Amino acid sequence: MAVEKMSIAKALNESLRLALDTDPKVLIMGEDVGKLGGVFRITDGLQKDFGEDRVIDTPLAESGIVGTAIGLALRGYRPIVEIQFDGFVFPAYDQIVTQLAKMHARALGKVKLPVVVRIPYGGGIGAVEHHSESPEALFAHVAGLKVVSPSNASDAYWMMQQAVQSDDPVIFFEPKRRYWDKGEVDTESIPGPLHKAVTAREGSDLTLVAYGPMVKVCLEAAAAAQEEGKSIEVLDLRSMAPIDFDAIQKSAEKTGRVVVVHEAPVFYGSGAEIAARITERCFYHLEAPVLRVGGYSVPYPPARLEDEYLPGLDRVLDAVDRSLAF
Amino acid sequence: MTVESTAAARKPRRASKRTSAAKKPQSAEPQLVQLLTPEGERVEHPDYSIDLSAEELRGLYRDMVLTRRFDAEATALQRQGELGLWASLLGQEAAQIGSGRALRDDDYVFPTYREHGVAWCRGVDPTNLLGMFRGVNHGGWDPNSNNFHLYTIVIGSQTLHATGYAMGVAKDGADSAVIAYFGDGASSQGDVAESFTFSAVYNAPVVFFCQNNQWAISEPTERQTRVPLYQRAQGFGFPGVRVDGNDVLACLAVTRSALERARRGEGPTLVEAFTYRMGAHTTSDDPTKYRADEERAAWEAKDPILRLRTYLEKAGHADEAFFTALDEESETLGKRVREAVRAMPDPEPMALFEHAYADGNSLVDEERAQFAAYQASFADSAEEGK
Repeated sequence: MAVEKMSIAKALNESLRLALDTDPKVLIMGEDVGKLGGVFRITDGLQKDFGEDRVIDTPLAESGIVGTAIGLALRGYRPIVEIQFDGFVFPAYDQIVTQLAKMHARALGKVKLPVVVRIPYGGGIGAVEHHSESPEALFAHVAGLKVVSPSNASDAYWMMQQAVQSDDPVIFFEPKRRYWDKGEVDTESIPGPLHKAVTAREGSDLTLVAYGPMVKVCLEAAAAAQEEGKSIEVLDLRSMAPIDFDAIQKSAEKTGRVVVVHEAPVFYGSGAEIAARITERCFYHLEAPVLRVGGYSVPYPPARLEDEYLPGLDRVLDAVDRSLAF
Repeated sequence: MTVESTAAARKPRRASKRTSAAKKPQSAEPQLVQLLTPEGERVEHPDYSIDLSAEELRGLYRDMVLTRRFDAEATALQRQGELGLWASLLGQEAAQIGSGRALRDDDYVFPTYREHGVAWCRGVDPTNLLGMFRGVNHGGWDPNSNNFHLYTIVIGSQTLHATGYAMGVAKDGADSAVIAYFGDGASSQGDVAESFTFSAVYNAPVVFFCQNNQWAISEPTERQTRVPLYQRAQGFGFPGVRVDGNDVLACLAVTRSALERARRGEGPTLVEAFTYRMGAHTTSDDPTKYRADEERAAWEAKDPILRLRTYLEKAGHADEAFFTALDEESETLGKRVREAVRAMPDPEPMALFEHAYADGNSLVDEERAQFAAYQASFADSAEEGK
């Protein structure tokens, strides 16, 4: 059976299993990824089936995890490393930005760095500090990296396959609050390219641009707006670096109104880049300025305040109304 | 545990006197492995022996002399404006040639930015090293051609790459070894500590070769550590040894032993080559601001090349014809490097967009097209002007 309903977590697990099974050079590395199967169980059962030599519990040192993964990649391996939580990636930030991102270019293409860095990201799970952040822009800004985030189980499965096959380093942001959302995964269908956006819902009055955990919020907002007679299109970017600006332009030219939604702070966020590109590419098609809905310029708040910080249905609909009223 | 670390552990040096410990580091009088004294006398060591033919000894001497000549030429080329910067290895020839000649072809090297002597041993064309200092590339040689990775500028980062590479060697079931170079300054970096941890717990076949040249730009080693650096290995569970870094024979013997240990599956070793940076940190540095002439003079008496020459002459291993021929070879090398650098072209503007990604990237493609059109617009205006 090719089509199966499964959670995003299960889809990732199945995809990692397939990667290990297909290519003996694929390794999984991280804290607690072995016996425990990771704190979110994404690597559940993989060490049991593929051994400690391929599913490797590492010392608790993120820079060491990424730095040794670079060395393994130089030796011909394809490491998939897990950073336990978004807020824990920064000890590895130097190795990712200074070494991983640049090494292929420094060597004038003579070496390749096929390393996937998996990062469960985003809020909405009532966690303690440093467990709910969305640092994607900090990586998207760095030349040499590719940054993606699936929003559903099918993309989780296939985008992971494509990330593992990529000869470039890929930062793979997993929407942790959606891990248990289920969707159909066709394990035999041929997927589209990794860095292409997908229209998650057709509409004609306004385009909501989102990725990862915010796609679901935007789809709910579009459904709610439909009841008021507004036709909202939802574009699932899937890739934050590079960004499929052609798809954004096409939708913006169709609807004339764009709202970008992400959990990360609005200031210097991907919404700013998207808004700038839209004005460069299709200024005269716009009926309203591009609006952004996202996190505020404050540290990620305590759990009991996070609903105020995170873009929810009402804040997205508020932006939709403001755009349509312009 | 090595003899050195045991001996040091037996003799704690007045650790209770806080001021003396802080001011006068234990490293002031290192206990180190030595096989050739500064006076050119061959001495024996209970743990490390070496038996080289006259030809091999002359080979080591030739390596050091040519490396120093190349280094001097590069410094001159910087002064002439042909290079933007140069990091001289002057004084560290024995540490680099000794360790570099201990390597097998299938071993893999992760250097800092100063390992010109090791590069020489690996067969990397010296002119290739100058591209990054001239500013035409960021390295650019194929690391896999000579198993010599690109120079790494951010200090200490490469020790993790070496460790990961060594983990891969072990996974492959190969008996190659990996060597990571770093300095006394880098020893303070978290990445170096993490590489010690990873290599120890995975028993990776890696040798950490620390050239303690006493100075991290302007900071002396006692700003980095209160214990001799080689002793750090003990806490991580693998041996550390301090070697006379100006003694090419001892550096060769100690590195060879550490590499063999790695090959046998016994894990990492830390080698601290106790040496001295005779020159400035780089051509941009001014060491007169922070260190005394007397210190340099004392180390000059321990020169690595001079002591081997004394030994070669006394033992009758080399005659005047050898030294004369080598002088000529040095000058030929200097000339070749000089001419190669002066002829080194700037990259074409479109090279900006090459190799950012292995699989391509739509953003780079778009910017490349825009840049090409922009460049072409100058050609149009030049045409119109005619």
